[in-house]
Amino acid sequence: MKHLIIIGNGIAGITTARHVRQQDSRVGITVISAESEHFYSRTALMYIYMGHMTYAHTKPYEDGFWAKNRIDLLQGYVEQVDTSTKRIRLADGKWLDYDVLVVATGSVSTTFDWPGLTASGVQGLYGLPDLERMEQFTTGIDRAVVVGGGLIGVELAEMLRSRHIAVTMLVRDPHYWSSTLPAEEGKLIGRHLLRHGIDLRLETELKEILAWRGPAGPRSADASGRVRAVVTKAGEEIPCQFVGLGIGVTPNVAFLKNSGIELGKGVLVNEYFETNVADVYAIGDCNEFRQPIVGTDGALRKPIEQIWYTSRMHGETLARTICGSRTAYRPGVFFNSAKFFDIEYQTYGTLNAQLTDDEQTYYWEHPAGEQCLRINYRKTDQSVVGIHAFGLRLRQAVCEHWIQQRTPVENVLSQFRQADFNPEFSEFYTDQLAGHTPAGSPNRRKGWFRRLFSTTH
Amino acid sequence: MQTTGQRIGLTAFLIGFALFIATLPLSRYVLTDKVLSQTINKEQLAAVRMATASMQGKVYGSSVGFVGDFRAAIARLNEGYKQRNETSRFIHDYAFPVTKAASTGFFSDNSQLFFWLILLLCVGGALLYILPAQRALPGIKNNGIYQDPATNRGWIGVVVCGFLIGFYVLLYFFPEYMTNWVLLFDPLSQLLNGGPASQWFVYGTLYTLVILVMGVRMMVKYRHSRYQQLRTLSVMFFQVVFAFLIPELLAFFHQPAQDLKNMWPLDYSFYFDYRIDEKIKAGTFGIFLLVWGTALWMLGVPILTYFYGKRWYCSWVCGCGGLAETLGDPYRQLSDKRLVVWKLERIMVHSVLVFAVVMTALVLYTYWSGQPSLFGFLDSYGIRSVYGSAIGAIFAGVLGTGFYPVFGSRVWCRFGCPLAAYLGLVQRFKSRFRITTNGGQCISCGNCSTYCEMGIDVRWYAQRGQDIVRSSCVGCGICSAVCPRGVLNLETDSVTTRNTNPGPILLGNNSFRIQP
Ligand SMILES: Cc1cc2nc3c(=O)[nH]c(=O)nc-3n(C[C@H](O)[C@H](O)[C@H](O)COP(=O)(O)OP(=O)(O)OC[C@H]3O[C@@H](n4cnc5c(N)ncnc54)[C@H](O)[C@@H]3O)c2cc1C
Ligand code: SF4
Ligand code: SF4
Repeated sequence: MKHLIIIGNGIAGITTARHVRQQDSRVGITVISAESEHFYSRTALMYIYMGHMTYAHTKPYEDGFWAKNRIDLLQGYVEQVDTSTKRIRLADGKWLDYDVLVVATGSVSTTFDWPGLTASGVQGLYGLPDLERMEQFTTGIDRAVVVGGGLIGVELAEMLRSRHIAVTMLVRDPHYWSSTLPAEEGKLIGRHLLRHGIDLRLETELKEILAWRGPAGPRSADASGRVRAVVTKAGEEIPCQFVGLGIGVTPNVAFLKNSGIELGKGVLVNEYFETNVADVYAIGDCNEFRQPIVGTDGALRKPIEQIWYTSRMHGETLARTICGSRTAYRPGVFFNSAKFFDIEYQTYGTLNAQLTDDEQTYYWEHPAGEQCLRINYRKTDQSVVGIHAFGLRLRQAVCEHWIQQRTPVENVLSQFRQADFNPEFSEFYTDQLAGHTPAGSPNRRKGWFRRLFSTTH
Repeated sequence: MQTTGQRIGLTAFLIGFALFIATLPLSRYVLTDKVLSQTINKEQLAAVRMATASMQGKVYGSSVGFVGDFRAAIARLNEGYKQRNETSRFIHDYAFPVTKAASTGFFSDNSQLFFWLILLLCVGGALLYILPAQRALPGIKNNGIYQDPATNRGWIGVVVCGFLIGFYVLLYFFPEYMTNWVLLFDPLSQLLNGGPASQWFVYGTLYTLVILVMGVRMMVKYRHSRYQQLRTLSVMFFQVVFAFLIPELLAFFHQPAQDLKNMWPLDYSFYFDYRIDEKIKAGTFGIFLLVWGTALWMLGVPILTYFYGKRWYCSWVCGCGGLAETLGDPYRQLSDKRLVVWKLERIMVHSVLVFAVVMTALVLYTYWSGQPSLFGFLDSYGIRSVYGSAIGAIFAGVLGTGFYPVFGSRVWCRFGCPLAAYLGLVQRFKSRFRITTNGGQCISCGNCSTYCEMGIDVRWYAQRGQDIVRSSCVGCGICSAVCPRGVLNLETDSVTTRNTNPGPILLGNNSFRIQP
């Protein structure tokens, strides 16, 4: 192989480039990306808007890093992939030859065909252009609506609140993020959102977006076309000057339509990230597995997993294949994390919103209602399948070990201190946990529990 | 958004601050016989009186004219001595005490009124501004930091920087022009140590006040983090009790004044002849101070740093660290994270350490041998005065603190502090301390690196699953606090468990690590 071209300089593409370079000092590597010259952390977009950081801070490597490692960067948009001649065409008409092509083009924000969607001031949040538009459309406004009760929705809400903009959040489900969270956790986050001044509207769906029309409107001419309100399915009109859409993302593969590369929702690949065309691979947000991947803990993974960590692991694994040792993707115990305003969230293993018939659950919540822990375990052998925590930090290595080794819940609870990753001097919540061992097991540490419990009030 | 109370607080603070500055030119200066006999030493009094006869009784509107005339008169006198080869009669610089004593008029008559007014407006105003932040929910609140001209190297930052630099230049090099500030603090000084205030007393008191007020700010800002709260309480305590009260009380009881938590080589003059003599003269207590100060760096540093990392000193005890962690907190994000700067930092800070060790060795050599120089050219007096002004004053003060709003809060600690270099060597090579990275959880967002005051690119380590073992890390814990994914934790464990050499892939990917 002489020339590797990677389309997309997100975490998937960049991880591939770095790992290939570590293993092969000769191959030419070109990373082509449209959005930015350098790799930046998409997950940090919100912090730029909120003023915690500037764009420069979100670049994980210094600009000189790429030349030093002989990774060529090219800013441009790939319009066409010609797999028969192994070439790609950039928007400026230039053709480039590849020996191996990696598609790592990420996602685009999902939209629906809501009437009025094209009003200005209505947008999703995926990349730098979105950030720029959001900056422009939210300057000087005081009311916004966020549609969608997922991770990006809550980030949008936090961003807007940081500028003291009133936010109404429309969530279709009976509690926040009910596709993933059990009711208690959904309610816990719901309460937290309310405390942060979010007007949270559960079981509310968007029907239509209304814009100012023509210069005859009550506003000046330049307000024309700008959003003025949303209408819910129940018929309520909520006035606003900005609408943030956080209803999910879709693989960014439209430009491959006529390339001969087989597409489903994303680029279809096998467990080696191979597409139907030789020497073309797809990784990260934009791929879709033909056959579901099974993690080493035996858990089934989603065919499309649009997560930072997943994209990185794809890159780590694919680099091996590209460098000659064909390696199948075998993720370990699933993990993910997020932050909802002030509440951090970590999840390990399989923890679904609904218990399966084979599962039982253990749930602990701090009386203040902002921290909780859930452990799901199998009825049959009591072994742990999933752990997640809100407002507490857990040690990944320990949680992974427990789940991978099918440790019984009782052992997990009695050793829970091992998983404690909270800063020194934090409250000893782990002792409270031990006091809450699941029904049936002896309550050994009640004394401790009582004592520590009373100090929290 | 600011509340009305906060706006009132800010206004009060600014008025108090303006008043404080305005007191500087508020006096008139008259040289009287009384002034001279109070300040000039008896043998020289007559000569000085004669030389300054033309100034006596004359009313000066500003300290500049007064100091100018006084200095000129003394210079003429010294010139005469020089011509007559009577250099032993040279008169050293009396400008500071004379100017202070010569201050008259409304200000000096009412300096206590000014003192209390300024104190009330500044401290009360600042607290009014700081405390309402309690209303916001606890959690990391860095909103707007890079949009605010006070904290993004904008115009407010530049103005504050200008003030701080001006303050340090006055303090170290032109104290005779800040005598009105010293007058404000005279009664407090009398109360604490039984003598009049010097510019150093003013500095120490302001320093302590600033740490207290900004410490309260820190406590409010990080009220969700016990680590941050305890650490802040600790630096507040050590500043008030160890750096401020104990030395003043020791002076009150005519003992050698010493900050019991400060140590060589940060306290670079600890082994200077006059300080050793002073302690020996003080008897048992003096000897105790000498032993204590030596044990602190010889035993305390390696032992405590082995167990806890250098943070036990740098972000829990030290006065420079105390200021950086309180006054400096709003500026911590401004430290430069580039690799070249890290390189520069290592060269500079270790050079200063070498400089301090060599200087001290020479000074001690002179002390024991009586020889002012070694090999004929290493002159211990010359070297120590270079160190004192270049490192002690310009680096630690003017650059180190003055440039907070431009280069971040730890310029001195990063580039100049010899003790930090020493603690760092222990931390790097023989310590149980590390910042643990939580498996593969990092999202490379950059909050940790941005808010590391020591300019450590924490993310570089975190995103490759490597523990952070860096000599410069002061263990402030802010990287861990600001990380939105709970990736970082300050921990101690056996030295060998520090993961400084991570594998090719991170936790969570089993594609090619598990061997079946
Ligand atoms: C606001 C936000 C917050 C997030 N927070 C988290 C989080 O906290 N945790 C988490 O696990 N995940 C998070 N995610 C998801 C995570 O960021 C993505 O899973 C990850 O970035 C995907 O990486 P990638 O490399 O596959 O694609 P991307 O990062 O999307 O990179 C693809 C790049 O390719 C470029 N590109 C696309 N098409 C072309 C073309 N035809 N020609 C040239 N260039 C092209 C794009 O411009 C883009 O820069 C978040 C996502 C968003 C939007
Ligand atoms: S690495 Fe973390 S703990 Fe160490 S100095 Fe930087 S911010 Fe503080
Ligand atoms: S703040 Fe946390 S998630 Fe962000 S780069 Fe640092 S360690 Fe990674």
